[in-house]
Amino acid sequence: LSVLLPTYNECDNLPLVVWLLVRTFRDSGIDFEIIIIDDGSPDGTQEVAQQLEKIYGSDKILLRPRARKLGLGTAYIHGMKHATGNFIVIMDADLSHHPKFIPEFIRKQKEGNFDIVSGTRYKGNGGVYGWDLKRKLISRGANFLTQVLLRPGASDLTGSFRLYRKEVLQKLMEKCVSKGYVFQMEMIVRARQLGYTIGEVPISFVDRVYGESKLGGNEIVSFLKGLLTLFATT
Amino acid sequence: APLPSLPLSPQAAMTKLGQWLCGLALLGSAWAALALAPPGLQVPTPLRQALLPLPVYLLVAFGCYSLATVGYRLATFNDCEEAAAELQEQIRAARADLARRGLRL
Repeated sequence: LSVLLPTYNECDNLPLVVWLLVRTFRDSGIDFEIIIIDDGSPDGTQEVAQQLEKIYGSDKILLRPRARKLGLGTAYIHGMKHATGNFIVIMDADLSHHPKFIPEFIRKQKEGNFDIVSGTRYKGNGGVYGWDLKRKLISRGANFLTQVLLRPGASDLTGSFRLYRKEVLQKLMEKCVSKGYVFQMEMIVRARQLGYTIGEVPISFVDRVYGESKLGGNEIVSFLKGLLTLFATT
Repeated sequence: APLPSLPLSPQAAMTKLGQWLCGLALLGSAWAALALAPPGLQVPTPLRQALLPLPVYLLVAFGCYSLATVGYRLATFNDCEEAAAELQEQIRAARADLARRGLRL
């Protein structure tokens, strides 16, 4: 299993995420590697990553840094080049995604032989922490609009905590062109187009332990533009 | 050059926008045929009167459904209190353990 961790300015969260990942995998006896793709963070994330590599071994912590902020899609492609696992987990490095769900993803994948397992905040006992009413309303509203327009067959399209079969992720990366939230949506939509199966696992999303997470007007506009583009092209 | 592959089904080749336009065209023409009563088509008056405002009714019904659904989902959006608390504890343990293993910030 390979975990792809794209990072930008996560010097506080990175060691904690890695510690939790290592503990989860060791406790469940899962063979793993963690690939850290840092986009030239000015806050010293790369140095922290190097210390973690020393602590846990360079067979478990793989550093694949890049010079500047180049975007999530290319970070995945870059990280996958040296991934030796059959399955790839993508997640956020800011502690909003908890590694404890990864064994559940694996269990779900085996249960239905799924090509993709997606963490969902909207079903079962999935949920969020740290969102006010307005943020929750925007989230539910946007998701409803997405469900009506795209009928995607998955409840959480903008989530980025997922398990992919390696070949599936590689194939999808070739086809997806969007940025930001829409990128994650496009992955699921294209996956359905290509006939891949998707399973879901409820997850808890703990927003921004450190720092502030903002959802500005710009992001909403680009989300809507992306949604309409997917609506018209897929 | 490789031959283009056939879509598995007609649905596979059509975009969502295409599906919506087709559906609306189909329903729209059926409604127009029955409700607007073009000459030559004998449509009973009660049926015509019932069908005429139908599009508006459906739109309003959909609007209400949307509000109700989003409202319900908003109200039942789970708050993960224990997850946040658990995380805080684990952060403390992680910091201590990492410091022991030689992590310097």
